[in-house]
Amino acid sequence: MENAQPRKNQSPITYLKPAKGWLPVDFKELWRYRELIFFLTWRDIKVRYKQAVLGIAWAILQPLLTMLIFTIIFGVLLKTPSQGLPYPLFTLSALLPWQLFATALQRSSVSLVGNANLITKIYFPRLAIPLSTVFAALFDFTISIVVLLGVMAFYGYWPGWKILWLLPIVIFTFLTAFSVGLWLSALNVQYRDVQHMVPFLIQVWMYASPIVYPIETIPEGVWRVLYGLNPMVGIIQGFRWALLDGNPPDATSLISAVMVLILLVSGLYYFRRMEKTFADIV
Amino acid sequence: MSDIAIRVENISKRYRIGLAQSRPDTLRDFLTFQFRQIGHFFSRSKKNRYEGPGYIWALKDVSFEVDRGQVMGIIGRNGAGKSTLLKILSRVTDPTEGFGEIHGRVGSLLEVGTGFHPELSGRENIYLNGAILGMRREEINRKFDEIVEFSEVGKFIDTPVKRFSSGMYLRLAFAVAAHLEPEILVVDEVLAVGDAEFQRKCLGKMNDVAQQGRTVLFVSHNMSAILRLTQEAIVLDGGKIVMRAPTPEAVDYYLNMGLTKQGERFWRSEEFVHEHNPFQPVALRVLNTQGEVVDTVNAADGFDITLEYQLPSAVNNLRVGLYMMTTRGEFVFTSFDTDDPEMFQKYSARPAGRYISRCHIPPNLMNEGRFVLGVNASSYRIQRFFQDDKALTFTVNAAGAPGSHWPEKRLGPVRPQLDWKIEKVEE
Repeated sequence: MENAQPRKNQSPITYLKPAKGWLPVDFKELWRYRELIFFLTWRDIKVRYKQAVLGIAWAILQPLLTMLIFTIIFGVLLKTPSQGLPYPLFTLSALLPWQLFATALQRSSVSLVGNANLITKIYFPRLAIPLSTVFAALFDFTISIVVLLGVMAFYGYWPGWKILWLLPIVIFTFLTAFSVGLWLSALNVQYRDVQHMVPFLIQVWMYASPIVYPIETIPEGVWRVLYGLNPMVGIIQGFRWALLDGNPPDATSLISAVMVLILLVSGLYYFRRMEKTFADIV
Repeated sequence: MSDIAIRVENISKRYRIGLAQSRPDTLRDFLTFQFRQIGHFFSRSKKNRYEGPGYIWALKDVSFEVDRGQVMGIIGRNGAGKSTLLKILSRVTDPTEGFGEIHGRVGSLLEVGTGFHPELSGRENIYLNGAILGMRREEINRKFDEIVEFSEVGKFIDTPVKRFSSGMYLRLAFAVAAHLEPEILVVDEVLAVGDAEFQRKCLGKMNDVAQQGRTVLFVSHNMSAILRLTQEAIVLDGGKIVMRAPTPEAVDYYLNMGLTKQGERFWRSEEFVHEHNPFQPVALRVLNTQGEVVDTVNAADGFDITLEYQLPSAVNNLRVGLYMMTTRGEFVFTSFDTDDPEMFQKYSARPAGRYISRCHIPPNLMNEGRFVLGVNASSYRIQRFFQDDKALTFTVNAAGAPGSHWPEKRLGPVRPQLDWKIEKVEE
């Protein structure tokens, strides 16, 4: 496939046969299609801000405005405790990974259906579609991280060496969003209920994550363990800890990590199993 | 060149139909569906679940080989399985049964402009579309100028394509696809769109591809394109290969398929969409001057074409049309039964009943040869009730036509009696 020139006996052989059983993810093929993933990501970013007067500024405004609303309602009016941090900073540091997750979720759930015209006409690894959607959400995230650093500077917080932890945490967030995105995108191909459900899912999920309130609000013991099943708990906790201070991730994060692993493996499995029928039922 | 490029063995593809009943589309259906599945599990063997009215075989036991460098045509009516076959070959969907192997990179032109985004500029779309079709960025860079030149969109290249005229859009889309260099090219009906100039250009490009020794699979309803580009063709009908032969033979077979009697064509009721179809064709006939149903008519005598049909209820603004085509797929004329304003006044609203629309072809109009009749019933710009592009073929005999004292063949599908005057203008 690397070579465009027809050459005798060197051309790759493709086998056509009914898909059966467990299909491993073909990472080599995915790598070969990296340029397609790049262009799909680039298209998503480009198209999103086309014909918007404020353009890319929306990526800055969205977390800032949400921060403002939460600060007024939860910080000022309800006087929610914030681990000794200024409330705006407390909530913004959680909103960043949260919005990365929520945007990725929302977009990837409709990604396969939205690209139905491609799926029914041309072959490429279908994983490229949810993958590029999550990459595009990562772009917004990168911009908003600059905003967070600005707000931190405003309150006189300087990140220490722990900021290096940000990279693994972001990768972990990416994987979490991708895993859930895999499930939702594949399910949505067959059951359009999913796309109606996702906004509620995101809303519930947000209140089930320590964004507007600190994790200490949840009673220790069984409740805290159950709470930790939500991977965003560990992510947000780690994110805050790496940038500001607060409490370092604990055993709860470990539960989150296991959850994500389960979601990812099962998501890939389900996606690969359904992939062969996308073109027929989308 | 005895290398094999494509080999498929007993490829079959099953689709589910009647989706509303048999396939869950919403969660509620899903739950009831699951319960029924459990019921099926206990009551019937697994095999039975896939047979019966809920499933159709779009392809059944299709086997063939295509040699490297061969240009193969695939023809068949709508629903014969052509597109399904191409989708399987280009790996968009999997066969339900069977096996196949493809030697080389496959590029598909299943629809021009797949993946174009209206908000993006022409330049951006070239890169995006190129990547979608499987080109590498470096490859697109290299061919970029060539693509722009071929598309003739020139200075609009940085304008969003949503502002393009449909012609420009098509040209750009085809230009990208045409510069793909796969070893095997799969083409489905790309020529069905665009103006004559565009089609000429597309055919030229396709010809180039074929000349370069690449394997091409070409699906089209355009018989003249099939005849021009391919040496061999496969005829599909009802999901099966009914013929594989040199193209002229295959095209002739295809055009004559499904005729009940020479000079006459009946429609079976299952060919309508459903029994409530407001327009139900009964028969199309070619009649000589004595009113006999015939396969061969004399151009010098003229002849009649009749379409008999049933209207279960009154239909407004109905017009019944005839298309005359050559066997190479070129149109000779299109005519409607209410072309005449007076006829339109009188018959555009037709009460329920059985009708015959009769078209008289005057003497000395058609040239000799074999012709294809297509029929169409529609209300202008509102609804198409029925269409059959190749309902019937018949032969025109030129005996006694103008100029037949010269026993030579004349070019063109018509051989009209024209008024000539000869004047002497100088001594």
